Amino acid sequence: MTAGTGPLADVTSDSVPQWLRRAAGVNELWTFVILVALVVFFSIAAPDKFFTVFDLTQIAVNAAIYLVLGVGMTYVVITAGIDLSIGSVLVLAAVAAAEYNIHHGGATAGWATVAVCVLIALAVGTGWGALQGAIVATGKVPPLIVTLGGLGAALGLAELATGGQDPAGAAAADLQNSLGYGKVLGIPWLVVLAAVVTVAFGLVLGTTRFGTHTLAIGSNPAAVRRAGIGVGGHLVKVYALMGLLAGLGAVMWLASYGTTSIAGHSTDNLKVITAVVLGGTSLFGGRGSVLGTVIGVFIPAVLNTGLIVIGVQQYWQDVAVGVVLVAAVYVDQLRRRARERS
Amino acid sequence: MVSPGEPLLEARGVVKRFGHVRALQGADFTAHPGEVVALIGDNGAGKSTLVNVLSGVLAPDGGEVLLAGAPVRFSGPQDARRQGVETVYQDLSLAPDLDAAANLYLGRELLRSGLLGRLGVLDRAAMRREAVGAFAELGVVLKDLTAPVASLSGGQRQSVAVARAVAFANRVIFMDEPTAALGVVQRARVLETVRRVADRGICVVLISHNMPEVLSVSDRIEVLRLGRRVASLTAADTTIEELVGAMTGSLDQPADAPASAWSPEEPR
Repeated sequence: MTAGTGPLADVTSDSVPQWLRRAAGVNELWTFVILVALVVFFSIAAPDKFFTVFDLTQIAVNAAIYLVLGVGMTYVVITAGIDLSIGSVLVLAAVAAAEYNIHHGGATAGWATVAVCVLIALAVGTGWGALQGAIVATGKVPPLIVTLGGLGAALGLAELATGGQDPAGAAAADLQNSLGYGKVLGIPWLVVLAAVVTVAFGLVLGTTRFGTHTLAIGSNPAAVRRAGIGVGGHLVKVYALMGLLAGLGAVMWLASYGTTSIAGHSTDNLKVITAVVLGGTSLFGGRGSVLGTVIGVFIPAVLNTGLIVIGVQQYWQDVAVGVVLVAAVYVDQLRRRARERS
Repeated sequence: MVSPGEPLLEARGVVKRFGHVRALQGADFTAHPGEVVALIGDNGAGKSTLVNVLSGVLAPDGGEVLLAGAPVRFSGPQDARRQGVETVYQDLSLAPDLDAAANLYLGRELLRSGLLGRLGVLDRAAMRREAVGAFAELGVVLKDLTAPVASLSGGQRQSVAVARAVAFANRVIFMDEPTAALGVVQRARVLETVRRVADRGICVVLISHNMPEVLSVSDRIEVLRLGRRVASLTAADTTIEELVGAMTGSLDQPADAPASAWSPEEPR
């Protein structure tokens, strides 16, 4: 604590304009600069390939599901939590929807079946998330363990239901042709859906009471409890929201690929957590934004595409993202310490 | 509401046990409107327990608490706050990543009118406006209301916590060691604030270890020892030696606690 550095009424030196100082303090700005630098670099390195062969639309389609998951993960991480189970929850929701679809028309199922499948996927995801949230809210088991257990259990249930094989006829053609491959004004529906979800939950985080309480819980749960806010109930909602978005991710996956890909989601959690942290959301809670996560999702996507375009082995992308991730958390930790010393 | 001379907040024979430890054994407490009352006592005398009972954090095992002459039983700190009893915690109880206005309104956010409000959209402009007013009332000017509280100085953080209590309390404010972490200048400002708040008819209860500070800012001093009130003194005609004597029991202060509250066995 500072002693005698000034009276309560503070006067800060004002040589630098306030908007500039504030902009420099915004995490998203730095991450965005990195993203732009990557795009510029690849555009110069491969002038007529980066924007034509692998255009931004393709990058966006690939990123759409991770973006939806990332939005939910942003909320969870802001509460100083983590959700490792998202890939398994996505699979479980997809399998539940697929099983219904198979028994109600298979690939030629009608719109009514599609609607029920969507509801099943969303409900399974939300329910699983709420259950994990309720255990986290007791404060007896850390989120890391709750969701690690959830990761195993959800995947196990999905494998039990299917015998471990991806069932045929998991998605109706109507779903695939509309949400999966359809476009509106030249933009794929998957991208539109991801964008709507992102904007909606970005606004909720930034402008509503729910968002403020989420940030406050990550910042100082004891203070929030004393302020009369139900911390446990709020955590259940946040983890349920994560589950809901994992369920939506399952719908998008089924629409896009037509199969449940039981074995294909084991690293979703790492990819999504990486994106959230790259976007400036603090793993220690209290700070973060959906906008940052958007940038964080696109950095690996651009790296991946870019490295292919310039002929470098794309596996370097994993190395680069890993290094940047550790650096991002290191910097966050340094800033936190500097702040506590002041 | 309260006729002059009648206590605003009163505790009568409050008992609180934690297992075998009897933290409060028939403690009394009296505070009048517009008064600064210091609550002092040695470590383990039961200060924090008494404050927690009076501010609704703990439910007493025996005795009663009266607010404005009527017996109350707070169901929790929120309940106490609804009845105009606020607390400034020693750790300030702020969310360091949120700005001053958001902290001021934590749990009591102002919403926009109409549909947006029903969706839970905050009225940040109004909260900032009100926050500026609340800080100005304490003589505090925050340069940047959108800066996270963590980036403020210790004194400013303190003033955010105090401003929050003052903005919503209309009866009693408890302040737990409000100046412990502050430098000389900030300390003076906080004490000035305490005085100004009391002048508005609010009762300020100060928990402090700093004897000179206690004597300079409070009107009355209540001394706890071994879970009981052992002295109720007027600050103007009390010396530090008398305070220390009452706290340690070396001076024979006449206690005005009822004799029935006395129990022969000593805790621990």
